[in-house]
Amino acid sequence: MEPVFALVIGLMFAITVFLFLSRSFVRIILGIFMLSNATHLLIFTAGRLTLEVPPLIPGDAYVPTEAIANPLPQALILTAIVISFALFAFILILTYRTYQEIGTVDVDEMEASEPPARGEGRE
Amino acid sequence: MTEAATTFADWLVVAPLALALLGASLCAMFWWRPLAQTLIGFATTGAMVVIALLLFLRVLSEGPQVMAMGAWPAPFGIVFAADTLGAGLALVTAVIGFLTLAYSIGDQDSDFRRVGYTPLLLAMLAGVSGAFLTGDIFNLYVWFEVLLIGSFGLIVLGGRKDQLEGALKYATLNLLATTFFLIATGLLYGLVGTLNMADLAAKVEAVESRGLVNAISALYLMAFGMKAAAFPLFFWLPASYHTPQPGVSAIFGGLLTKVGVYALIRTFTLIFPLDGGVFNDLLVWIAGATILFGGMGALAQTDLRRVVAFTVVGGIGYMLVGLALSTPAALSGGIFYMLHSMLISTGLFMAVGIAGRIGGGYDTRTLAGIYRAAPVFSGLFLLAAFVASGIPPFSGFWPKVVLVEASITSGKPWLAGAVLVGGFLTTLALARAFALAFWRDSDVALPPSETSHRAFAALVIPTAVIILGATALGIFAGPVAEIASAAAEELLRPAAYIAAVLGGGA
Repeated sequence: MEPVFALVIGLMFAITVFLFLSRSFVRIILGIFMLSNATHLLIFTAGRLTLEVPPLIPGDAYVPTEAIANPLPQALILTAIVISFALFAFILILTYRTYQEIGTVDVDEMEASEPPARGEGRE
Repeated sequence: MTEAATTFADWLVVAPLALALLGASLCAMFWWRPLAQTLIGFATTGAMVVIALLLFLRVLSEGPQVMAMGAWPAPFGIVFAADTLGAGLALVTAVIGFLTLAYSIGDQDSDFRRVGYTPLLLAMLAGVSGAFLTGDIFNLYVWFEVLLIGSFGLIVLGGRKDQLEGALKYATLNLLATTFFLIATGLLYGLVGTLNMADLAAKVEAVESRGLVNAISALYLMAFGMKAAAFPLFFWLPASYHTPQPGVSAIFGGLLTKVGVYALIRTFTLIFPLDGGVFNDLLVWIAGATILFGGMGALAQTDLRRVVAFTVVGGIGYMLVGLALSTPAALSGGIFYMLHSMLISTGLFMAVGIAGRIGGGYDTRTLAGIYRAAPVFSGLFLLAAFVASGIPPFSGFWPKVVLVEASITSGKPWLAGAVLVGGFLTTLALARAFALAFWRDSDVALPPSETSHRAFAALVIPTAVIILGATALGIFAGPVAEIASAAAEELLRPAAYIAAVLGGGA
């Protein structure tokens, strides 16, 4: 199972890099979304994959009696999903708001926060 | 599972961030009442200062303090562990938070305090304190995100064009850095199966395949280097730090990059100790280049706020020199510089905010005559410039002496040269800013200030307190240097920290 997951994760990272190379900011934030999802899968795989064994401990035992799925990566991913989802939503709105103000999502044209080029007075 | 009751000392460890979170939630309940929020903000940050001071004194006298969440014994649960460095930084964080709130009272020309300034500030302080005090690497990631969410909210307050754009760059690159941090943490967990930093120290050392360990530490170096604004990953900082409200710039400049430096120091002393390997050389180069590029960048700018932003970048370099050389003396110099830089970066951004308010702009080509309008404040700015440039006997000087000496004894004289040249460049940049904006006489009279005397006092008093505090750090350098070297000893001989977390912690 792990090699298949590794391939999928690698592919997702490759797509991320491709999206990051774009000049359109919308594609860049889609890249961020792809990157965080690839990362979640990576944590899941790094915690070792186990088929169909829920991490339940029998009522009369203190430790699991047989090999079980690792619950910790799932807890980590749940945390990471909530965070990345919230930040993605924020950055999407921020992009839209910036687009409303400066009328472009082309990163080459975003220079309101940069110093003016030499010889060109500003404010 | 241990049944022992949680003692008062245990609560102290988490109290700074618990207070900040509580204050942020309370402020959110009084959303439309800025006055109530400000009062809650002062109460919260004031209590944080007291609690963090108690914690710091306790750590100094008794060694690292540990609290295990839900009494899950380490390494299974999340622990919070305060050592000298973490507790000291939490204390400085609380002080800077308090003074920034005070500064913001005078910053009244826009209604940004009505749209959640105080709750966001407190949430960010919770994230910063949490990052300094946690003993679990995944939890460190969570605090990074908490402080990021707060800082995203703060940086867009005002909603101007350049602010939104700066925020977009800041948000994207910081999000990328934390995602790299998360990737590295996922891989590290897959490799050794633990997330507790003290436990990681032993387990990572035992890993046979050093290639994997090196790959993971490279990811950490990149993620934290980006956060810390180290060369060559610093470009987001001068593109965004000058856009928010002056008070927000001040607290960003004082705290946020230092969280990255702290994370670098923590991971590269505890988990991946530098022992002359490839990362040691790499860090040496990064440190030297950060100092020089920060200094040259500061010299090239015409916007006062960007000058200060680049001096913040240069300052990061000095701290990294301390980490890269990894001798007790050098690391203590780096930590001393970190304390100095947190205070003076905040102070410089605050002072520049006032200068912009008096002069009606930040461009050094047109700004002039501030000295005639406000001589006492100009003196204060000059003092801040001296402190930041490291002119003896001010606080930037002593750590630089230590760093230069450590570079030479480690056989890296060029690094000593970089430290000295960097200090010279910072001096030049700040002196030029002073000469142009303050000293030079204005052809036209300055526009009459719209700031009332009371608002002006509210701006100047916190600025004066923080700049004089940074000055005092240099004049009473002895005790500060002792604390810094105690912190460095603890970091380079982590046995006490590890024993506190794994042995006695619960």
